[in-house]
Amino acid sequence: MAQHLKSSSSRSTLLNVLRHNLGLGSPSHASRHLRHNLPHNPPSTRVSPNPLTRLCNTMVDTLSSTSSHEDANSQVMDFPGGKVAFTPEIHFISESNEQRVPCYRVLDDNGQQLTDSRFVPVSEEVAVKMYSDMVTLQMMDNIFYEAQRQGRLSFYATAFGEEAINIASAAALSPQDVIFPQYREPGVLLWRGFTLQEFANQCFGNKSDYGKGRQMPVHYGSNKLNYFTVSATIATQLPNAVGAAYSLKMDGKEACAVTFFGDGGSSEGDFHAALNFAAVMEAPVLFICRNNGWAISTPTSDQFRSDGVVVKGRAYGIRSIRVDGNDALAMYSAVHEGREMAIREHRPILIEALTYRVGHHSTSDDSTRYRSADEIEWWNKARNPLSRFRTWVESNGWWSDEAESDLRSRIKKEMLEAIRVAEKTEKPNLNHMFSDVYDVPPLNLREQELLVRKCVKSHPQDYPSDVPL
Amino acid sequence: MAARIHVGAGAATALSTFNSKKLVAPPSRTNLPARSSKRYIVAAAGSDGSKKSLLRVRHSQKLIANAAVATKAETSATTGTGHELLLFEALQEGLEEEMDRDPHVCVMGEDVGHYGGSYKVTKGLADKFGDLRVLDTPICENAFTGMGIGAAMTGLRPVIEGMNMGFLLLAFNQISNNCGMLHYTSGGQFTIPVVIRGPGGVGRQLGAEHSQRLESYFQSIPGIQMVACSTPYNAKGLMKAAIRSENPVILFEHVLLYNLKEKIPDEEYICNLEEAEMVRPGEHITILTYSRMRYHVMQAAKTLVNKGYDPEVIDIRSLKPFDLHTIGNSVKKTHRVLIVEECMRTGGIGASLTAAINENFHDYLDAPVMCLSSQDVPTPYAGTLEEWTVVQPAQIVTAVEQLCQ
Repeated sequence: MAQHLKSSSSRSTLLNVLRHNLGLGSPSHASRHLRHNLPHNPPSTRVSPNPLTRLCNTMVDTLSSTSSHEDANSQVMDFPGGKVAFTPEIHFISESNEQRVPCYRVLDDNGQQLTDSRFVPVSEEVAVKMYSDMVTLQMMDNIFYEAQRQGRLSFYATAFGEEAINIASAAALSPQDVIFPQYREPGVLLWRGFTLQEFANQCFGNKSDYGKGRQMPVHYGSNKLNYFTVSATIATQLPNAVGAAYSLKMDGKEACAVTFFGDGGSSEGDFHAALNFAAVMEAPVLFICRNNGWAISTPTSDQFRSDGVVVKGRAYGIRSIRVDGNDALAMYSAVHEGREMAIREHRPILIEALTYRVGHHSTSDDSTRYRSADEIEWWNKARNPLSRFRTWVESNGWWSDEAESDLRSRIKKEMLEAIRVAEKTEKPNLNHMFSDVYDVPPLNLREQELLVRKCVKSHPQDYPSDVPL
Repeated sequence: MAARIHVGAGAATALSTFNSKKLVAPPSRTNLPARSSKRYIVAAAGSDGSKKSLLRVRHSQKLIANAAVATKAETSATTGTGHELLLFEALQEGLEEEMDRDPHVCVMGEDVGHYGGSYKVTKGLADKFGDLRVLDTPICENAFTGMGIGAAMTGLRPVIEGMNMGFLLLAFNQISNNCGMLHYTSGGQFTIPVVIRGPGGVGRQLGAEHSQRLESYFQSIPGIQMVACSTPYNAKGLMKAAIRSENPVILFEHVLLYNLKEKIPDEEYICNLEEAEMVRPGEHITILTYSRMRYHVMQAAKTLVNKGYDPEVIDIRSLKPFDLHTIGNSVKKTHRVLIVEECMRTGGIGASLTAAINENFHDYLDAPVMCLSSQDVPTPYAGTLEEWTVVQPAQIVTAVEQLCQ
C-alpha cells in the first residue's frame, strides 16, 4: 500500500478515484455542497486501532486489491474541506511569524526612487494631478479645520498624513469602480472631480448639498462619482462593498468595489465577515486598510495582537499586501495591481497601507492628550507623503517651486470663496426633513410635518432664519 | 377566502365599504407602478363587487383551529379557476414570478440555495436561476444583510432571508443604520430596495431564542416598511409588492403558518403593502390582529357569533405604517377596539397601535382600547407553558364580552 502512495502519479490517480467515488467534485463554486457518500461495505481487512486510519484503509482497500500496513505519515485524509496530511508531531503554529510581513515601497524616506524598486509607471499628467490633488486635499483639510475652530463649521475630520493613500489609490482606479469609504477618504472624491464648492456645501449642509443637509460634515456621497455616502458606523461599509462587488460580478462589469477602513475598523465583526464572504463569493473587491496607528486614542498595540492587518487576509483565503501608505507610487502600484487581480480573477484583495494619523481623530479630539507632540511633528515633517512624492515628481522635471506656490495660492483663494458661498447659501427647505425617508412620504410623516410647521408658525423667533419653510 | 377582489394602489376595497358614506378613498401611493392596475381582476362572480359578494365572503370564511396544521380550505363555487397551495409555496411562487420578471431580483441567505431554505421557501430556485442569483452565504447575518444593502445600492433587488427572524437581531446595525438611513442621508441619491424576510413568532417548542417577535424591535426604525403575511393569498401578494417597492421592506412570516392551504388565483396579483385586510366585517367591536393571532381571533369569533356578538376582524397586515384609514373607519363604526397580538406587552405592535388609536380616534371610543399580548417573559420551552404565553381564543372571547358590556 505504501508503495502505491509513494509513487506520486499512482497516488494522485488513487486519490482522484477516491475523490470521485466519494462524490467530491472539483473545487468549483458549484461544488460547495459536497456530500460524503462513504462506501458501505468495507471488505475484510485487519482492523487498525485508529478509526481514521481504519476508514482510510477501508476506502483505499475498496479501490486497490493489495493491502499492507503503512505508517501514519504517508496517509492523507479527505475531511470535508479537502485533504490534509497527518503529522505525528504535536506542533502549535506560532502566533506570529519570526519576521513581520515586509512593506512594499518605491521611494525612500527622502523621496528618492529605490534602485531595485518595481512599480507601475505613471505619466507626467497623472503624477502632476496626483501631487496637486494631495496638496489640495491638505489645504482643504487645513482650511476646513480652521473654519471649525472659528465656529463656522460644526465638525470636521482631517486626513493629514494620509494624502498619498487617498489620492494614489483613487488614481489607480477607474471611475466605474464603486467606493465605500469610512470617513477619511475625501481625496478619492477630490480625484474624481468633486469640487471644493461641493465639499463646502456638504460641510455647511446647505441646499446645494447632495445629501440635503442631513448628515454631519465629511459624510460625503455622490452617486454620479460612484462614491457611496459615508455611514458613520465603523466597518458597516465592508459588507456593503462585498454586496456591490457581487452585483458588479452578476452584471459582468469591468469594475470592482473598493472599500476603506482603519486599523480600528479591522476589529469590528463586519470586517471579518466581509472578508470571509468576499472570499467565498469570489467577489471583486479591494479592502484597503489605512493602518494609521490610532483609533481615536487606542494605539494598534491595544487594537490587535496580530502582525497588523495584512496577515488576517490569509486567514480568510485572501491575497494580501502590505504597502508604505505614505509612498504615493507604492500605493498607486499596489492598488493598480490589486484591482487587476480582483477584476480579472474575481477575487478579493486586502491592502494594508501603513501610515500615520497626523491630525487629531476629529475636531472633537485633542490627540496630544494621549500621544507626544514630538511624535506627531516627526511624522508630519520627516515622513510627510507630500514632500516625498514632490521630490520624485520634481526629479522628473515635472514640478517646480513656482508651480507649488501658484497651486497653493489658487487653492487657498478657491477654498475661501467656496466657504464664503457655502456659508451664505440657505439651508434646505424644511420639507426635506421628511422627504426621502421613504420614496413617498406616508401619512404619519405628512402629519408630523404639518405639526412642525404649525409649531414654527406660532414660535417664529425660535426658528432659524436660514432654513426656508 | 373565496371572493377575491384584487386591488391596486389607493383604491378602496369593496370588502370595507360598509359605511360607504363615511369612506374616503385613501390618498394614492406611487410605490406601485400605475400600469400594474391592468392586472387587477375581480375573481368573485358578483360583477359590481358589492354587498352580494361580501356576504359570500362571510359565509365561506374558513376558521382554522390552532393555525398550525394545514386544513383544506372551503372552496367556494365562485372560484372555478385558481390553484391550491401551501403558504410557503405561495411565497415561493411570488418570489419566482418576480425573479422571472426582473433579472435584478436575487436571493441571499443561509441555506437558501440547493437546500431550498430551512422552510423551503426558496426550493428549486437555485436550480432554475443559478448559484449566483440564489446565494448561499456564510453564517453572519450582519454581513449578508450588509451585502444585500450594498448590492441594492448598486442596482440589484435582493431578497434577504433570515433563517429565523430572531437571527436578524445580529443584522440590526445594518438594518437600522444603513438600510433605513442611507436613502435619507445620501439625499435620495441611493435607494435600497431590499426585502428582508423570514419566519418569526412563537412556534412549537422552539425555545426562547427561536421564538422572537422582531416587529417590536424594528418598528421604530425610520425608513423601513414592515408587513406581516397570514394567508397564502396575502403571502404571495405581499412578497411581490415588497420586491417591487423602492423602500426597504421587512416581511414577517410565521413559523406555524407555512403549511396553511388555500386556493389562490392563477392570474397575477399584488397586495397593497400599506393596507389592512378586512377578514370579517361586523358591528359590535373591532378586533385588530395580524399573523398567527388572526386564526386565534377567528376561532374566538366563531364562539362569539354563537353567543350573539358581531365582531369585525381586521388583519392589520401593514405593521409600519399602520393603515389608520381602514382601522379608523372600523373604530368609527364599532366604537370598541380589541388588539390581539403575539408581541410582548411592553413595546410591541399592540402598544404602538393602542397609542395611535387613542391619539387619532379618542372621540369615537366607548371603552378603553384593550390589548391582549404575550407576557413579558422569554418563551419557555415546555409546551404547556409556551401555550400560555400566547393569547388563546378563550381569552379573546372573555375580552370581547368584557368590552361589550
